[in-house]
Amino acid sequence: MSAEGVAERLPRLLTLVPWLLARPGVPVAEAAAEFGITEAQLRRDLELLWMCGLPGYGPGDLVDLSFEGDTITVVYDAGLSRPLRLSGPEAATLAVALRALADAPGVADTDAVYRALAKIEEASGRSEAPDTVAVGLGRSPGNARAEALVRDAVARHRALRLTYYSASRDAVGRRDVDPMRLLLVDGSTYLEAWCRRAEGVRMFRLDRVDDAEVLDEPSHPPSDAVGRDVPADASGLLTPDDEQRLAALRLAPEARWVAEYYPMEDVVADDDGSARVQMRYGDRAWMVRLLLGLGDAVEVLWPADLAVARAERAREALAAYGAL
Amino acid sequence: MNLVLALLSTRQFLSADRIRTTVAGYEDATTDEAFYRMLERDKAELRELGVPLETGRQSVFDTVEGYRIARGDYELAAIDLAPDEATAVALAARLWDSPQLAGAARTAVTKLRAAGVEVDPTAASEVQPRVRTTDPAFAPLLAAARAGRAVTFHHRGHPAAPARVRTVEPWGVVSYRGRWYLVGHDRDREDVRCFRISRIEGEVTPIGARGTVTRPEGVDLVDLVARSAGPPPPSGTARVRLSPGRAAGLRRAGRPDPQGDPDVVELDLARLDALARWIAGYGPDAVVLEPPELREAVVVTLKAGLAADHAVAGAAGGAP
Repeated sequence: MSAEGVAERLPRLLTLVPWLLARPGVPVAEAAAEFGITEAQLRRDLELLWMCGLPGYGPGDLVDLSFEGDTITVVYDAGLSRPLRLSGPEAATLAVALRALADAPGVADTDAVYRALAKIEEASGRSEAPDTVAVGLGRSPGNARAEALVRDAVARHRALRLTYYSASRDAVGRRDVDPMRLLLVDGSTYLEAWCRRAEGVRMFRLDRVDDAEVLDEPSHPPSDAVGRDVPADASGLLTPDDEQRLAALRLAPEARWVAEYYPMEDVVADDDGSARVQMRYGDRAWMVRLLLGLGDAVEVLWPADLAVARAERAREALAAYGAL
Repeated sequence: MNLVLALLSTRQFLSADRIRTTVAGYEDATTDEAFYRMLERDKAELRELGVPLETGRQSVFDTVEGYRIARGDYELAAIDLAPDEATAVALAARLWDSPQLAGAARTAVTKLRAAGVEVDPTAASEVQPRVRTTDPAFAPLLAAARAGRAVTFHHRGHPAAPARVRTVEPWGVVSYRGRWYLVGHDRDREDVRCFRISRIEGEVTPIGARGTVTRPEGVDLVDLVARSAGPPPPSGTARVRLSPGRAAGLRRAGRPDPQGDPDVVELDLARLDALARWIAGYGPDAVVLEPPELREAVVVTLKAGLAADHAVAGAAGGAP
């Protein structure tokens, strides 16, 4: 027996009957996938449905299903021909997401989004309660001209030559890419593309594209190029093939935001409000820049060479200020 | 399940006694008390799921109330989405990357598909937005906002600030530029406040009864967060000298020097400490020319960094 409660199972059963009714002869595997459950769970659901029906509970009163091979057909629905209306949270999550899409330029056809929103709200019966979830997908301002060119290349499936700022290397470089799609994740827009130089799928943050040229050739990423769906982390600093280094740091309270901002392997909070963390990073020069900017709010516990590099750079800089 | 089917199929109100004798599932209740407990539990569960349970009497002569489900209120109304509208819904349903919201979006789409609307949840799109939630406080805050209950929690105004107890009447949760905020009325400060959810520590405790929080009409949650969390307007301009060919990040963020020096950039000065941190990171490759207070802030940061690494001080050479 599964341990799931009525709260999950009953709504599924109520939707399952009309869903099956609309798809006579649907394979068990397909139905299980639709409802996000295993085939064994689905079969238990069907066994339960078979015992449900109208008072009297004789033949002709019970939900009747027929199985043929691995397919299911509803013979009698016991009155459940339509799904239950959308619950408040269901209607709200769709409506809020649609409104967020409408507000984010270039993501979806805004006109279609508003028409869909109106129909969903009408069908679900607009609830009188205001939405408790809101989304501002707000994007950081980038280079509008370059961004328009990137969008154009994605829409027309053309290859691109990017002038791109790499935050980890702190350098602007050129690279030719085969665009796959745009991803809008946590407030930043990324171009997912096959990078011909790196010979791999890369995420390019649109606000770091300084210039773009649409090439006169089709975008043809290798057929086995797979997107990562979501960037590995919010900063987009790590790529799978970066040489991974690890540093142990002590973050004073005023530097605790570093642990919010960058992915950490391990975070141990201390009683004085500081935290000891282990942080992965790809580029050593990038890490030294982070350390230099944080001053004594961060202490390097190891490796020692990171502390040496920071001290060297700090001394050189102070000499430039005439402050040593 | 059987109760739903029975109440849906009847146009008359079914009394509790009638339910007990005719609906399968209640025969295990051997005492009146056990039966009523079961019935109350089932009624509460159905209402929780959004099943519109009606209570009423068959006629004015009836002494006991009965129950029924009006089919028109129960069923999802007919909905007909054009292909581009269905694509928009599929895209919207995939916006959420959090168990609570993604779950509701998913069951919503399944219901639409059960009603014969072809929403392809895997439809390819050139643009895929995602909104992620990983903060443990998110789910209880969303639940409290939906239930209209006040909450208390420990919150840090910024990472260096001590955690304070806040009592808030939640109006809603907002994702803004990739971060989640709670917006509501702060009872202690008697004003509207936005709280970064990732800076809430420990448990979120609901207090007070459901439905007691009322949100003023016409409140725009996103706008409130944008005004509280957005960057302040620039208060001045900084001039910075860069080493030739270095400090690409500062170079592309800055404006060219009006006096034409290719290795000097001008930057908007909004938050002194944030800009000082950024410039200090470049070490000798970026030297502040003005204003003096920014120059001073960078020097202080660099000096502090020089003395910071006690644990590996021998290797680092410590202070000169």
